[in-house]
Amino acid sequence: MDFPEELKYTEDHEWVLSEGDLVSIGISDFAQDQLGDVVFVELPEVGDKVEISKAFGVVESVKAVSDIYAPLAGEVVEVNSDLPDSPESINTSPYEDGWMIRIKPDDMAELDGLMDASAYQAFIEQE
Amino acid sequence: MSAIGSKGLILNEKLIFERSTAGRCGYDLPLLDVPSVEPDRSLLRDEIEGFPELSEVDVVRHYTRLSTWNYGVDSGFYPLGSCTMKYNPKINEVVARLPGFAHLHPATPDHLSQGALQLMYDLQQALCEISGFPALTLQPSAGAQGEFAGMLMIHAWHQAQGNKRHKVLIPDTAHGTNPATAALCGYDVVPIASDGVLSIEAVAAAMDDSVAALMITNPNTLGLFEPNIREICELVHSRGGLVYCDGANLNALLGICRPGDLGIDVMHFNLHKTFATPHGGGGPGAGPVGVSAALEPFLPVPVIMKEEDGYRLVADRPLSIGQLRTYASQFGILVRAYAYLLSMGPQDLKRATELAVLNANYIRARLEGSYHLPYKQRSLHEVIFSDADLPNDCHTLDVAKRLLDYGFHPPTIYFPLVVQGALMIEPTETESKQELDEFCDALIAIAEEAKSSPHLLHEAPVNARTRRLDETLAARNPRLRWEKS
Repeated sequence: MDFPEELKYTEDHEWVLSEGDLVSIGISDFAQDQLGDVVFVELPEVGDKVEISKAFGVVESVKAVSDIYAPLAGEVVEVNSDLPDSPESINTSPYEDGWMIRIKPDDMAELDGLMDASAYQAFIEQE
Repeated sequence: MSAIGSKGLILNEKLIFERSTAGRCGYDLPLLDVPSVEPDRSLLRDEIEGFPELSEVDVVRHYTRLSTWNYGVDSGFYPLGSCTMKYNPKINEVVARLPGFAHLHPATPDHLSQGALQLMYDLQQALCEISGFPALTLQPSAGAQGEFAGMLMIHAWHQAQGNKRHKVLIPDTAHGTNPATAALCGYDVVPIASDGVLSIEAVAAAMDDSVAALMITNPNTLGLFEPNIREICELVHSRGGLVYCDGANLNALLGICRPGDLGIDVMHFNLHKTFATPHGGGGPGAGPVGVSAALEPFLPVPVIMKEEDGYRLVADRPLSIGQLRTYASQFGILVRAYAYLLSMGPQDLKRATELAVLNANYIRARLEGSYHLPYKQRSLHEVIFSDADLPNDCHTLDVAKRLLDYGFHPPTIYFPLVVQGALMIEPTETESKQELDEFCDALIAIAEEAKSSPHLLHEAPVNARTRRLDETLAARNPRLRWEKS
């Protein structure tokens, strides 16, 4: 399983990539593996506000339906519009083609509360 | 392998559209014996492309063949956890077909349907006695509608008190429908982590004056009785909230413990689970809701009143949440449930509960060495295993598919979500020891196959009418209607 060093991770298994004053958000390789084949994705719209630790979207796999939680608060500036038609990208490419939303965070400092790759790896080994 | 494993004469069948022969017809309309009219063009439908043309025997064979693909409690063991797929005694059907019940029009005035109203009233009283609630509605026509009605009553009660509470606490061992119900009623769902059972501390930490209710399932989806339920109800009440109990698992409590006595304010029943009425495709459901005295004014209308000169449906109740469906109830189902109650009686209902718990614990004892048991606490009417101990990349889905080869309907899988790769088995009281042994033998053999010949699991089912289906493809590219090719 792959956990890129440049990303930050949450206990709910989302990843965050910081890109200037924006961040991209998706779910981790561990999360996609646990979910199994993803068949449906529901994402917010550009302009929506997301709140930290509140659900902003839904992924449905053949096994379960799960909320996706916002790792930090902000405004949605871009949504991966390919995802609803190709939800399998979340399984095949969770960190690249499977990205979900890009937001402009209210407070970049909220990133500091997230885990780095090694802390996240230790966290999922414990779970 | 079990004798009912499906081999041999499996009747295959095409779609009815594909059986069509142009010009074939199975019906003659009678001669016109009234003046003919020319309907407005806008009311007429154009030719339907591909509309099937068949004879009567074609149609009868088509649906009869399809019916042989059905599986139900009358075909065999149906161990779906949390669903209480108990046998539905045929006496219930006999009673429901009595002409006075079966032919009663729902719009018949009260004074001409006293027998039916009395049955409903008596069933209501019996369910109140069993559950410990002082008042009850028979109106909701499914468990989910019962939950909806219950949460609307909780909302109405808070509104009448002037409370503006917007949160509902739901433990991670609750039924999956509970968060959906709370959300549908406009509440924010706050999940509470449990360690098998709910702790008083966990509820205390989440319980503030924005919480309208706690929704709990007892016994919970792990089949565990909530030992702190009384204290938890007191705590929620002391902070101004109410407690909703999902009664789906009532089959573990009947005649032993009354939820109303534990401090619960609202609970729905599933007559199609606990009270042996048909389930799923076998018939409509019924989800009566019992409430505390404080919530009685909010019951849906009409309510059934017993008065000096008979029984009456009363709709004039200013605080009521309103009417949930056309007419008073799913009456035919109520007749079956009442027949079940009367044919069992209090002692046999209690005995059924004991046997349901015994059967589940027998399965637990027989399978404990072969499958991982994630929660060691004493469980009641169902038992949850996981695939954690299975070797060679064998998982719960493989076990479920392999069970088909052994001639058994699989248990509930991948639920509850708190158990990874869950196998949730609820045998109910109506299965014999022989049946349970055959089922356990099959599961033990499958656990052995996982070690010695895992391909048997990965390739399963081989005996079923269809091999393993591509559920992912079906979900990603659903073909929901027939199209002429």
